[in-house]
Amino acid sequence: MANARTHRVLPGFGVSLGFTLAYLSLIVLIPLAAVFIRTASLSFEAFWTIVTSPRVLASYRLSFGASLLAAAINTVFGFMLAWSLVRYSFPGKRIVDALVDLPFALPTAVAGIALTALYARNGWLGQYLEPLGVKVAFTPVGVLVALIFIGLPFVVRTVQPVLDDLDTELEEAAASLGARRWQTMCRVVLPTLLPALLTGFALAFARAVGEYGSVIFIAGNLPMVSEITPLIIITKLEQYDYVGATAVAAVMLVVSFALLLVINGLQSWTDRRAAKVS
Amino acid sequence: MRCKVAIWTYLLAYVVAGASCLSLVSAGARADTSLLNVSYDVSRELYKDINPAFIAEWKAKTGEAVTVNQSHGGSSKQALSVIAGLEADVVAMNQPTDIDILVERGGLVAGDWRKRFPHDATPYTTPTVFLVRKGNPKGIKDWDDLAKPGFQVIVPNPKTSGNGRYTYLAAWGYALDKTKSEDAARDFVSKLFANVPVLDGGGRGATTTFTQRDVGDALVTFENEAIAISAELGTDKFDVVYPSLSIDAAPPVALVEKVVDRRGTRKQATAYLEFLFSPAGQEIIARHAFRPRDEQVLQKFAGRFPAIKTFNVEQTLGSWAEVQRTHFTDGGIYDQIAVGR
Repeated sequence: MANARTHRVLPGFGVSLGFTLAYLSLIVLIPLAAVFIRTASLSFEAFWTIVTSPRVLASYRLSFGASLLAAAINTVFGFMLAWSLVRYSFPGKRIVDALVDLPFALPTAVAGIALTALYARNGWLGQYLEPLGVKVAFTPVGVLVALIFIGLPFVVRTVQPVLDDLDTELEEAAASLGARRWQTMCRVVLPTLLPALLTGFALAFARAVGEYGSVIFIAGNLPMVSEITPLIIITKLEQYDYVGATAVAAVMLVVSFALLLVINGLQSWTDRRAAKVS
Repeated sequence: MRCKVAIWTYLLAYVVAGASCLSLVSAGARADTSLLNVSYDVSRELYKDINPAFIAEWKAKTGEAVTVNQSHGGSSKQALSVIAGLEADVVAMNQPTDIDILVERGGLVAGDWRKRFPHDATPYTTPTVFLVRKGNPKGIKDWDDLAKPGFQVIVPNPKTSGNGRYTYLAAWGYALDKTKSEDAARDFVSKLFANVPVLDGGGRGATTTFTQRDVGDALVTFENEAIAISAELGTDKFDVVYPSLSIDAAPPVALVEKVVDRRGTRKQATAYLEFLFSPAGQEIIARHAFRPRDEQVLQKFAGRFPAIKTFNVEQTLGSWAEVQRTHFTDGGIYDQIAVGR
């Protein structure tokens, strides 16, 4: 990007950059700007009172906390899934591969209802979990389960192609040079995959923060306990409180954006490090 | 690469789906000599029966063929759509605040809409009652039982649901009537809401939680919903309990002045709303388990509607605007209770 003036093989850099910016503004920036303009009609004190009221604070904790945790869990298990799908062949592999995409395609409300039915006291899983004292449906744990469900494909689908390109010869070379299995894993495989894992993590996290449809069914939505931030926004809208809703939305946007920037920064740092090593 | 394509296609699909939904709605609203009734969630089945009856009557009376389209969703959400430009000829909402907002924002509805039709423009009422599990194992008889420790009550979120708001106000009114003290009423309502394990967004969600997920000892909901549940799921699973005092939910209707003037449908839209108050309309209403305003029709269906002592929000607790401000706005009494639990 720094030396855009260098000669390029393919023409059209200006056009494509212009189009990119115009498209991005139309689809992303203008709607988001509307949020901030609406919010700007509030005085700072009024804004601060709205976005730091105890109920709203509790919802940030749940929304961001559960989303981070869900994305982390998805990164671990999504990596394992991707590994099995790329490295092993087993009967029904194609079906498993297709199953991974299902949370993409399923309407989130369906996912929410299905999960709630499963984990409720009289559900298939809930009836065994409840006597053990584990309550999933209508608790923050339920929120986490829903977020893990919808975020899984992001990690698998970002890691899979990178893993596909990763030559097994590298691992064999490491082994022949005397590396133990875990050394091969930690020093050869994981560093190469780290950028992809981070991307998957970021996508899963972003998706989870904004998720409403599936969570709403399983959360129980109790104030201070299992109310997610998107629900707070909807609640304010239903009370015709546009400004209050956009204020909370603005906070969500800023925090999400900051977190995504950090993740992207981490990613390019690992990229550069990987480039240096090789 | 495949994954990126997938992600983008996925996002694109969202956009396309959203756009096609919008175009469907606007196409529906644009057809000639048609009416659009924008209404709340659980009135769907009622208006499905009202509409053909009205169309037949209008055809017989004037020879003109009309079509009536209906749109349903959460009451406040629907009001927001009308403010945003959904071309509703008439609105039939869950509570008056959702019509008052149409007066305040853009003057879509006449300020005196309550006076345009009989009974403050409310064609029917339905009291809030309890649905308990068959045989009433916990012996729930009145509001006091719901506020006892160890009981679980399913109520939809009063912030997002008219049903939940009516339940909250019914409990408040009951305690106020019994103790004559606002402090005691507040205490009572906080105890009751401390017994709520799941707050669904709307009435139907609460019904599902109670009937399908097997959560809670009692569901507090509208009588018509309780009767519908028995009809749908069989009378052998649940019993309806009528408390000693309840609230009359009275869903109001109104003409959207600006839209009917622009589309030239004032005559038809007015006739449509008047039809709701006619004996024929009232019978359909009664068959859908709402209590009709017409005395004769009520007599005819008396077996369905046990006598119950009720109070009316505006007569007992003050105007809806005031009630909304004191109890349900951000930082109002409900919020204080919710945060303190």
